[in-house]
Amino acid sequence: MSVLIIIITAFFFPGIIGRTRSVLSGRKGPGLLQPWKNVWVLLNKSAVISSSGSLISHIAPSVILASVLASSVFIPVPGFTPLLSFRGDFLLFAYLLAIGRFFIIINAFDAGSSFQGMGAAREALFGLLIEPAFFLLISSVSILTGGISFNEFYRSLAMSQSLPLIALSSTFIIICIALIENSRVPIDDPKTHLELTMIHEVMVLDVSGPDLAFIHIANYLKFAIWGTFISFFAIPAGIDLWLKIAIFAAIQFSFAIIIGFIESFKARFRMERNSHFIITVSAVAMVIFIIILFS
Amino acid sequence: MENALINTNPGAIALNEIPVVDYNEFYDRCRSLLQHEQNHCLNYFGWPDGKKIRYFCLIADDKQHSIYVLSHVQPAGKTIQLKALSAEITAMQVFEREIHEKYGVDFTGHPWLKPLRYAFNRYDRSKTPTTYPFYSIASEELHQVGVGPVHAGIIEPGHFRFICNGENILHLEIQLGYQHRGIENLFVQHKALLQQAVLAEQIAGDTTIGHSVAYAGIAETLTHFAEPAPLGIIRSIALEMERIAIHIGDTAALCTDIAYQLGQISLEPLRTTVINTMLEWCGNRFGKGFIRPAGSHYYPDKKFLTLLRSNLNDISERFTEITARIYSLPGVLARFEECGMVSNEQVRQIGAVGMAARMSGLARDIRISHPSMAYKDTIISSVTFDSGDVLARGLLRKAEVIESINYIFRLIDQYNSLTDNKNLPEPDFNLSFRQNMLAIGLAEGWRGEICHTAITDDNGNIIHYKIKDPSLHNWMALALAVRKEEISNFPVNNKSFNLSYCGFDL
Repeated sequence: MSVLIIIITAFFFPGIIGRTRSVLSGRKGPGLLQPWKNVWVLLNKSAVISSSGSLISHIAPSVILASVLASSVFIPVPGFTPLLSFRGDFLLFAYLLAIGRFFIIINAFDAGSSFQGMGAAREALFGLLIEPAFFLLISSVSILTGGISFNEFYRSLAMSQSLPLIALSSTFIIICIALIENSRVPIDDPKTHLELTMIHEVMVLDVSGPDLAFIHIANYLKFAIWGTFISFFAIPAGIDLWLKIAIFAAIQFSFAIIIGFIESFKARFRMERNSHFIITVSAVAMVIFIIILFS
Repeated sequence: MENALINTNPGAIALNEIPVVDYNEFYDRCRSLLQHEQNHCLNYFGWPDGKKIRYFCLIADDKQHSIYVLSHVQPAGKTIQLKALSAEITAMQVFEREIHEKYGVDFTGHPWLKPLRYAFNRYDRSKTPTTYPFYSIASEELHQVGVGPVHAGIIEPGHFRFICNGENILHLEIQLGYQHRGIENLFVQHKALLQQAVLAEQIAGDTTIGHSVAYAGIAETLTHFAEPAPLGIIRSIALEMERIAIHIGDTAALCTDIAYQLGQISLEPLRTTVINTMLEWCGNRFGKGFIRPAGSHYYPDKKFLTLLRSNLNDISERFTEITARIYSLPGVLARFEECGMVSNEQVRQIGAVGMAARMSGLARDIRISHPSMAYKDTIISSVTFDSGDVLARGLLRKAEVIESINYIFRLIDQYNSLTDNKNLPEPDFNLSFRQNMLAIGLAEGWRGEICHTAITDDNGNIIHYKIKDPSLHNWMALALAVRKEEISNFPVNNKSFNLSYCGFDL
């Protein structure tokens, strides 16, 4: 059920971001489901594979989608139990996402264009730098709650109604991680046509048809997963299921809108400033970790 | 023997009044002129005249408001060796490359003797874009990134080859010449003035007015047509409108490149208002059909001038507000400041003109140095910045928009106060040109100095036409700007110059 809800959320996520950007720029904007209509069009096309592409080019997009789907089975949507849960499942979660990243990077190299290697190098660096932030956050939550799986995290957090400060700063970190993981403004610009400035888009330049659709879907899913994390901190345990779902939907909705706002009113960083920014995010996570450790 | 001098813009001089000197003499004269800061080369080209090629070098004196014309003659059809001026005066490199490409002159000591634009009538047809001798490096650590000639967007073809050390650019080489139209030859083939006026509008689509003003100047100076004040005023207004429209559009595009959506969407409608005002005026948003030799179909009435004034008022107000916000936003400043710096020394060396010169403290502006049209009587103030980075180019555009709007206001007042608004000349396409002349027309388009040159024969027909778009020099400024920059900063630098491919390729 959790997985299903995450998939449904992912359905609306890109549309809401796009719509927010459009409305804020004074335009009507495409329908909420336009991104998925695009995905549908892609699914009905056939894939063209770079002449230098090997087996990697054939399997990578599917592996990427599969890794994100697989990682979503550990995430409990408030009010439901996750499909799978065991001690230390967050480690598997993190490394499943890392497998996705690994494949998107080698897939970029596989196409053999000078652009894609550039994007891959950036993705590898930024992915590497953001990992401490995730683990510091998880460790903090683990110490705070005493649990060692996502399901336990959620249950304890919901019971304890965590400190607002911790909740807020964790939300901040998760939003930053989501921006970095999904290559959004100010780290990357998904709408740009300038290959030299791209991170994510340039890696998938040679990916087409259903393969490209898979990568898009994987990205949308990631958003929904990070949004679900945020809801851990906000939804109390003792309330009605429908209320939980309503709050959950509201959180996901405002998460998408926040990203839309950031994209509308912020300029991109210089590429070198990205590393500084990401390290800052990790530093904030470190501060939370220390506070929790000694309190 | 004194150098021949043209004292007006547009101006003309009889071919037999231009002294032909031998190459060594020519070399010394050019060198001694170009060593002075106030002088720069407008154009240096060859004209195949039977069995010989006659070379003309036009050097502008910004202080004396005049143009020196120097000339030497060499035999045609065989490879000859000449001492390169560019060895001492770097800015001459682009002209000598063109002469090398077209007539096979081997310039000894030239630092960068590579093909320029692959004209169809080039000397060595075996040289093609695929055999271009790129600067290369043999290193395990460095890598090359090639962009183009086919680009993802709708822009024109051009190949950019970066040599990078990780994310940083060590060297950028820009190779153009993929779309040579032979437009200079079309001016010779098409004798009708209307055809030529239309051709001039097509040289570079974003500088329609700029190039047509330069052509109209040539046509008029070759017929002794005296431009009446109202005609000069409306042409100047149109030229400034073009500047305003492009500068606003490019500022919006700069915002797009750094993903600053708010700046982009609030500026784009302003540009639309400007070009729609042109549409209202002459039926074309880019001013096609507006500039014609010896007159105009579009003398504005009171009603239009009121509309023009109120539209510009509105634009001025909104533009000031938006740019004040853009250029104070830390996120934007972080991207623009100290990004893509070109030093004053560099812009002097490469002979940058217009915006690319003024952003780095080199005050080169035809409207001031060789004024024509309304600029003779009503002085416009030319803005310069010193830092030479993307921010300077952005702020220069901003300042020029404001200055141009205020200048148009002054011209509207003048136009209204003119009393002899009767019997204004309509375009005349039946003019016959003076024979055996060399005519030159200069205009300050929004990019910078545009120089057209025409040579007429015994019947007064144009037998040689030479066009210089400011991009010819300024592409080199872009290549220098991105050195040591991150490769991801290339697009924003490129946009801050916004140079022309077709104006270069011709």
